[in-house]
Amino acid sequence: MSVLVDKNTRLVVQGITGSAGAFHTRQCMDYGTNVVAGVTPGKGGQMFEEKVPVFDTVWEARQKTGCNASMVFVPASAAADSILEAADAGVELVVCITEGIPVMDMMRVKALMRGEKARLIGPNCPGIITPGQCKIGIMPGYIHKPGSIGVISRSGTLTYEAVWQLTSRGYGQSTCIGIGGDPIHGLSHLDCVKLFNNDPETEAMILIGEIGGSAEEEAAKWIKANCKKPVAAFIAGKTAPPGRRMGHAGAIISGGKGTAAGKIEALQAAGIAIAETPAAIADTLIARLKA
Amino acid sequence: MSSKRASELAKENRCWRCVSQANCSVRYAGKPMNIHEYQAKELLQKFDVATTRGRVAATLDEAEQIARELGDVDVVVKAQIHAGGRGKGVFKNGFKGGVHIRKTAEDVREVAAKILGQILVTHQTGPAGRLVNKVLVAESADIACEIYFAVLLDRATATPLIVASTEGGVEIEAVASKSPEKIIREPINPLAGLQPYQARKLAKQLGFESSQLKNASKLFEGLYRTFIAFDCSMVEVNPLVITKTGEVLALDAKFNFDDNALYRHPEIAAMRDFAEEDPREVEASKHGLNYIGLDGNIACLVNGAGLAMATMDIIKFYGGEPANFLDVGGGATEEQVTEAFKILIADKNVRAILVNIFGGIMKCDVIAQGIINAAKSLNLNVPLVVRLEGTNVERGKQLLKESGLALIAADDLADAAQKAVAAAKSK
Repeated sequence: MSVLVDKNTRLVVQGITGSAGAFHTRQCMDYGTNVVAGVTPGKGGQMFEEKVPVFDTVWEARQKTGCNASMVFVPASAAADSILEAADAGVELVVCITEGIPVMDMMRVKALMRGEKARLIGPNCPGIITPGQCKIGIMPGYIHKPGSIGVISRSGTLTYEAVWQLTSRGYGQSTCIGIGGDPIHGLSHLDCVKLFNNDPETEAMILIGEIGGSAEEEAAKWIKANCKKPVAAFIAGKTAPPGRRMGHAGAIISGGKGTAAGKIEALQAAGIAIAETPAAIADTLIARLKA
Repeated sequence: MSSKRASELAKENRCWRCVSQANCSVRYAGKPMNIHEYQAKELLQKFDVATTRGRVAATLDEAEQIARELGDVDVVVKAQIHAGGRGKGVFKNGFKGGVHIRKTAEDVREVAAKILGQILVTHQTGPAGRLVNKVLVAESADIACEIYFAVLLDRATATPLIVASTEGGVEIEAVASKSPEKIIREPINPLAGLQPYQARKLAKQLGFESSQLKNASKLFEGLYRTFIAFDCSMVEVNPLVITKTGEVLALDAKFNFDDNALYRHPEIAAMRDFAEEDPREVEASKHGLNYIGLDGNIACLVNGAGLAMATMDIIKFYGGEPANFLDVGGGATEEQVTEAFKILIADKNVRAILVNIFGGIMKCDVIAQGIINAAKSLNLNVPLVVRLEGTNVERGKQLLKESGLALIAADDLADAAQKAVAAAKSK
């Protein structure tokens, strides 16, 4: 089993005719993702790769194809609207890959999505993958392997690093979720931890965080009280200087909050195994599993 | 998302991801953009936030003229640089202090002459100091009471939050840790905005008298509108003052802007002062690279911000010091890799370079070709440690091998970091 996406997922791609959208849609289809529709306003009626119908609106795509998940590849200036469009159409899972969405736009999206049943992953994220079943996003498919480890991360390539370490040591993944590096985003570390905790086939978790915010601390608190599954974590940014934004808008230390040291302390207090270096993420979890 | 290549977009001064003409997260991700005090004043005035009268001057004539217009009041002359600690700073010409109060237009001219075109050193500028090109000439407020007032983005609740305190004019972090009860927090619904009752409540909590309620509310609403209108992540007024005549004024404001939104605020983007920034970071941003200079001697070239931070961490773990943060992004071209190397080796402290690439979208053979081009055209004279993994890794490794470059190949991240640290020490 897995969380959020599996072989029954029916994907619509918003921005399917753009170059990045088209490229990654093909990659997802090659991996085996069931792409049932595309949306580009003004291009309704076209066919993508001769098999995926393109619609003007998500509403039509939902009506005609029953799509239940969306991948957003719309440019930053229009992406917030696209997220809301998918949620309004009744799509249950919206995965927004787009980077650079203004924070004010995301603030409004969050406020408007309160009470909606749709879940949002991202923006500014690599996406979500259930190995062997469904890939929604830009991660390289081949580094993954079906299995029982749940992976949650704010970062893209650092996630690949952890997943590759797992796979090359023979440990597969139930689902890997890249929640994104922006200060305001959809699913949090904690939301994902809860999903994996309830998933009978996920036996253990890897949590990859970075400096900034307090999401890792909140997840740690909940894990301490509620989660019996083994968890290993890595926090990036121990050496980042305060006040500087390290690429991810979220990764900024301010006012002494959100430091790597503070996060590691909170995670350790919750009984989570901490990887001292990014090279030791998989081994740290494996050691915990064998303990 | 455009069909154009990143290098073409970079030449047109556009970002390859959002294709925006102006600034965006990728291009200017290094540091939140700063503006000068006089520019902050101009922004506040757009939304009728009451502030002291005055303007910026670039010449002695202008300074004198503004002082005359202000009339028979005390006038403050302030050096305009981005660093703090101006009041206690010292000019390289020996003149003390970047902030002065004068009574006459002639005296304002005289003091401006000692500031304009001079280099001011403060505890934030480093010993090199900063050249002062402009001074703010403004009325000096007769302060009765100082208040702290900020509108910021609260990421935990994903809403704007007003943070205020009666303890203005001092370090607010110190107030927050010593007497947290003196910090007032008022969350705002982003869909509804600041409500008039919230402004009145804040005014009472901050100790305004009934007669000042209207002016205070107007100022708070103006600040909130400023925050929203310019896509700020923070507008901090410290201090907000009540003068002895009962006026409510925003005396000094600090703005943080959301870089992702600068594309829709060309007037803010135009306020960027490149002279105040690290030239290496400016150069990097021109090529769509996310670079932050640090003090160590091991240069890093990595794809992805999280992996770049983690690479710095592991260098430190093995006893080395990173010279920089550099994220070449998810889809860098050969040209961008070459530009990245140029920036890395321009740092004279660098004793080794560590390339750590986990190819996803980015293909390892593209990176390998970029490394080869850079090594050939740039005459690299420091050890180069390369760790490649991911898409097309075999082709990438093959290219590097065939090139005959003297590089140190690494098998994994730990191996790469250890080899880079050893190389930097032996050099």
